[in-house]
Amino acid sequence: MNIQRWQSFSRRNPYLFSLLLLVIIVFVNLFFQHNIFERETLNSNMRIFLPLIILAAGQAVVILGGGIDISVGSIVSIVNVILATQVGLEGDSQKMYLIMALALLVSMLAGALNGFFVAFMRLQPIITTYATSFLYAGLALFILPNPGGGIPQSFSNFYRDTTPLGLPLAFIFIAIILLAWGLFQKTRYGRYLFAVGGKAEAAYETAVPVSAVQFSTYVIAGLMAGISGIAITMLVASGNAGTGDQLTLSSITAVVIGGTTLSGGIGGVAGAIIGAVILGLVKNIISFANIDTWWQTLVNAAIIVVALAAPGVINLFRRRR
Amino acid sequence: MKRITISPPVAAVLLAIILFILSGLLPNGFGNNLDIARGQALNIIRLSVFLGVIAAGQTLVIISGSEGIDLSVGAVVTLSAIVTYVMVNGQDGHILPALAAAILVGAVIGLVNGIGVAFLQISPLVMTLGMSGVVTGLILVVQHGNVSGAVSPIMTKVIARPLIFGIPGAIIIWIVFAGLMWLLMERTAFGKNLFAIGTNRITARLSGVNVTGMVLATYMLAGALSGLGGFLVLGNTGVVFINIGNPFLFPSIAAVAVGGTLLSGGKGSYFGTMAGALVLTLLTSLLTTMQMPDSVRRMVLGATLLVLISIYGRQHSLRQ
Repeated sequence: MNIQRWQSFSRRNPYLFSLLLLVIIVFVNLFFQHNIFERETLNSNMRIFLPLIILAAGQAVVILGGGIDISVGSIVSIVNVILATQVGLEGDSQKMYLIMALALLVSMLAGALNGFFVAFMRLQPIITTYATSFLYAGLALFILPNPGGGIPQSFSNFYRDTTPLGLPLAFIFIAIILLAWGLFQKTRYGRYLFAVGGKAEAAYETAVPVSAVQFSTYVIAGLMAGISGIAITMLVASGNAGTGDQLTLSSITAVVIGGTTLSGGIGGVAGAIIGAVILGLVKNIISFANIDTWWQTLVNAAIIVVALAAPGVINLFRRRR
Repeated sequence: MKRITISPPVAAVLLAIILFILSGLLPNGFGNNLDIARGQALNIIRLSVFLGVIAAGQTLVIISGSEGIDLSVGAVVTLSAIVTYVMVNGQDGHILPALAAAILVGAVIGLVNGIGVAFLQISPLVMTLGMSGVVTGLILVVQHGNVSGAVSPIMTKVIARPLIFGIPGAIIIWIVFAGLMWLLMERTAFGKNLFAIGTNRITARLSGVNVTGMVLATYMLAGALSGLGGFLVLGNTGVVFINIGNPFLFPSIAAVAVGGTLLSGGKGSYFGTMAGALVLTLLTSLLTTMQMPDSVRRMVLGATLLVLISIYGRQHSLRQ
């Protein structure tokens, strides 16, 4: 296979490499944690991965459209503190549903604000969402200055123990996201998304509503951040204004490991989900491989860098030949 | 109607002056006491030096285009500060080797970034983010979180205290540094090529620019400048801690953006970045002296940043 064919092949199958990586990582994980495929272990792993999976899916949509959103973590924090302070441990489920809807609305508004500045004011995405991340993180800290609060026990139990058809709840979520993404890709709007991410100017000249498409990607990312925030709140069952801080950069890494290029237009949501699972499994391996605590950060980062470098190394060798 | 245009660096400097005058009107501000005002102004400028030097490397990387960005600056600053702290160990004589080591450490990390970006085609954002994790991991492995060492008297004297005519040494270093940056960017082949690859890599390559070499050199230089930044930061704080560099990461990008450098590359200046560093430092210290809670401070900072970039950070419209 010559390089041009190899490049177009890997371009048409952006998930190929990440799938391969996933298989390797799963095998390594199996070596250290033999019961990984047992229902209970699978469920406990997947429910920890789910918030990042959802967040990365939203991030992938923004990145495909040629942008980037570094405020998603702060939006997760806002949703977390809203739920933890407004519902409380004693709240009834009626109230929980109401506040959940409210939190999703807030997260979409936050995404819309990002989208407004990027798409209509034409500001540069990375610095704009950096600025709004301060706004949102400040707001989260304003609502809940000290960690605390909580949600009704029944909801965290539901998140922990629900296994429809014997499968983890996370699988259902992933299936829904993939289904929605599959349908979305088939629509005209889905085509627009790739056109805008590929080259916005060219898309504009062919009468694609570029600004509207860009705007909507941020709203979608905001909504996904909101759902991710609900999931993480059910997971940890308490509130902390710093909940989402660590998630932003992980979501971007997950998208890239999933084969989506940061310049936009190439890749997809499925890759981001695979990427998020890979990031989770790597952490899993590190904690089960009995690696010295001081080494964990280094090993984790080194594996990620190697994973990022591998497609480039393959291309490099192919070019040499 | 002719639109009044004002260049971003000038706008940022004007904004800094307005902010400074406003800060004097605060209840605990300097009021009409000129001596205190002068002292405060010098102190703000001195504090901007560290962000200013660290953001210099960021400026180069961002101008080099193709989504160039360096997210490893925070980790590099921390590492080079630790290296300096350990090597100097309180001895004035060890300063020059320590400075060289700090810069070298930064340059090596920058070179690895450059290799990842230029040869392996990893996008700069994730490559430097990954390296940042690796460097942080290295620090933990080598030092186990506790570092023994000390700064030497001469470092504190030169960097943190008034040197000549009551002007802190850090400011003098910054002025010399800015001159060198200007020479590098405006009067050397490296500078010309940097703007060329930032505008369009393909045309730059066809015009005979060694694009790969330039990318490598740019990331290496950016790492080296972060290393220098780490050395200076340590001279100011006097002690080292594990997150000493992290607070500089995103402000370094913000300083570049506020200074009018295009984040898409090919256009910008170090003077803009200096002005951006000044504005951000002033804003942060202003919000701190106003004794606002952390939450409000963050919101005000975010909103101000949004307003600033709305004024001149806009990309050209799609119609053009």
